[in-house]
Amino acid sequence: MTSLPASTDKKLGLVIDLDTCVGCHACVVACKEWNTSGYGTALSDQDPYGANPAGSWLNRIHTFEVIPDGEVIGTAGDARVVHFPKSCLHCEDAPCVTVCPTGASYKRQSDGIVLVDEEKCIGCGLCAWSCAYGAREMDLAEGVMKKCTLCVDRIYNEELEEIDRQPACVKTCPAGARHFGDLADPQSDVSVLVKERGGFDLMPEQGNKPVNKYLPPRERTELGANSAPPESEEESVAAEGLLGWIDRALGTLDGKGAK
Amino acid sequence: MHPAASVIAFTTLSGLGYGLAFVLALGHGNPAATSTKIAWFLALTLISIGLLCSTLHLGNPQRAWRAFSQWRSSWLSREGVMAVLTFIPLTLLAAMSIFGDSFNLALGYVGGIMAAVTVYCTAKIYNSLRTIPQWHSGWTIATYLGFSLSSGTLAYVGLFRKPLEEGRTDVWTIVALGILIAAWVFKFMWVQNAASVGYGKSTMESATGLGHIGKVRLLERPHAMGNYLTNEMAFRVARRHMNLLWKICVLLGLVLPAVCLALALAAPAALTFFSFVALITHMLGLLVERWLFFATARHAVGLYYGGDAALVPAE
Ligand code: SF4
Ligand code: SF4
Ligand code: SF4
Repeated sequence: MTSLPASTDKKLGLVIDLDTCVGCHACVVACKEWNTSGYGTALSDQDPYGANPAGSWLNRIHTFEVIPDGEVIGTAGDARVVHFPKSCLHCEDAPCVTVCPTGASYKRQSDGIVLVDEEKCIGCGLCAWSCAYGAREMDLAEGVMKKCTLCVDRIYNEELEEIDRQPACVKTCPAGARHFGDLADPQSDVSVLVKERGGFDLMPEQGNKPVNKYLPPRERTELGANSAPPESEEESVAAEGLLGWIDRALGTLDGKGAK
Repeated sequence: MHPAASVIAFTTLSGLGYGLAFVLALGHGNPAATSTKIAWFLALTLISIGLLCSTLHLGNPQRAWRAFSQWRSSWLSREGVMAVLTFIPLTLLAAMSIFGDSFNLALGYVGGIMAAVTVYCTAKIYNSLRTIPQWHSGWTIATYLGFSLSSGTLAYVGLFRKPLEEGRTDVWTIVALGILIAAWVFKFMWVQNAASVGYGKSTMESATGLGHIGKVRLLERPHAMGNYLTNEMAFRVARRHMNLLWKICVLLGLVLPAVCLALALAAPAALTFFSFVALITHMLGLLVERWLFFATARHAVGLYYGGDAALVPAE
């Protein structure tokens, strides 16, 4: 049924920290790895080893450069590179669901996850057209629409250890930039995080009311403010053995002598 | 947006078919005349070909029947349902003319209105997308309805009106000319809106939420090569080609048909020839118009791929 539920009991989703994401694409790979053998058909690739490789991915990292007004790149200031992970935002007012002619796209009343029933999908692509975020990709081998499932086959999976009942991308992220939880519960870790860090919606003007939130890059501290060497040298413990020899040798070189 | 041949064929051919059916359903054409019978057959054939074309771009066309189920929320589903339902009065009317030399005006009104509603639903599929501001305008609906009727009336005049003696005026030719001009007025309004609307309220700054820091620029795409999204929604068409195609579109779709209709009025004996040429050039013009409708449309997702910088290929 492609009418949206009036409200959902939970709003499961992701909170993505643009401050800590290092753009390593580990979540992208973990997502494809888990989901190509999980929910629905495999995530196919076209011409994977050829000159023009392409394929379906449920999560992609864009990298942006943000330049304050009048800033010349390379001078001190707030100009910065921001890595930007993007997967389905499980919108409350999801246009991708209502445009679907077949009932393949739906939003779950229990937890708000937006899914595609691939058995019903005719591959018309209209839902991908309606999504402002580019969160849906047609699988060209199977002709069905693919999107982030919020790892629905992990988060409720009793076969997995409790600690592993997290989306693959969240589990994998080495920087801890992706957080999973219930955004309808104001006490949940993710809701607190959003509140503390000023989490925001992508393209609020599109009226989709995304559940996923993004955390802005933190304010820059002054260049070099955190990188001064320790003032006192007294606290360093004298090295022994081989390290001591290296320390003494280096000390001779820079003229300070060994301690 | 990627201009898929199947969707271009679907919208132009079914538009023509519904336009012609609309004219016939309102009681024009003698139901006993062979030309009217052929016209009915042609209208239904065009609609059917158009609908078949629309299934060609589906990933799983064998499940297309499922698309009739979600008429409560989906304009695509409504369009499918309406297309099937509209076949009922139109087929009855066609059968009455072809086998019974007869016509029923009440049924005709039902069929005509349903044909118009079907075209309206087609236009709504595009018009309802917030992601594509150029389409998300009332002029999209006006243009689809206008061109459906202009091609339908041109077909009616070009194929099924008889040449007249010198000095007589075919009122249908004037009607066709009027509708042609009206449809193009809608299109020019559409173009005017489309030229300024861009990505609507969305920007790379709102797409990333980084606008409070400064101007946002794409540094790296997610993957080096294209993907479904860039192929489908960040279709590249060089501006210089676009301008040329637009001129061709206006020439074929408006100028030549209008000149032909004027000539048909001046020389009623050659009405069939001129109005037939008008129909052909109009349809060619509409193919270009539909191609441009897709190819020039900007989709919000383009903002994640660098916005217009990604759309304009290096020349
Ligand atoms: S991000 Fe796109 S695909 Fe996901 S729910 Fe929102 S509109 Fe639908
Ligand atoms: S591609 Fe599939 S899921 Fe998307 S709108 Fe079409 S039928 Fe629905
Ligand atoms: S939640 Fe699962 S499906 Fe969604 S982006 Fe993360 S790994 Fe991929």
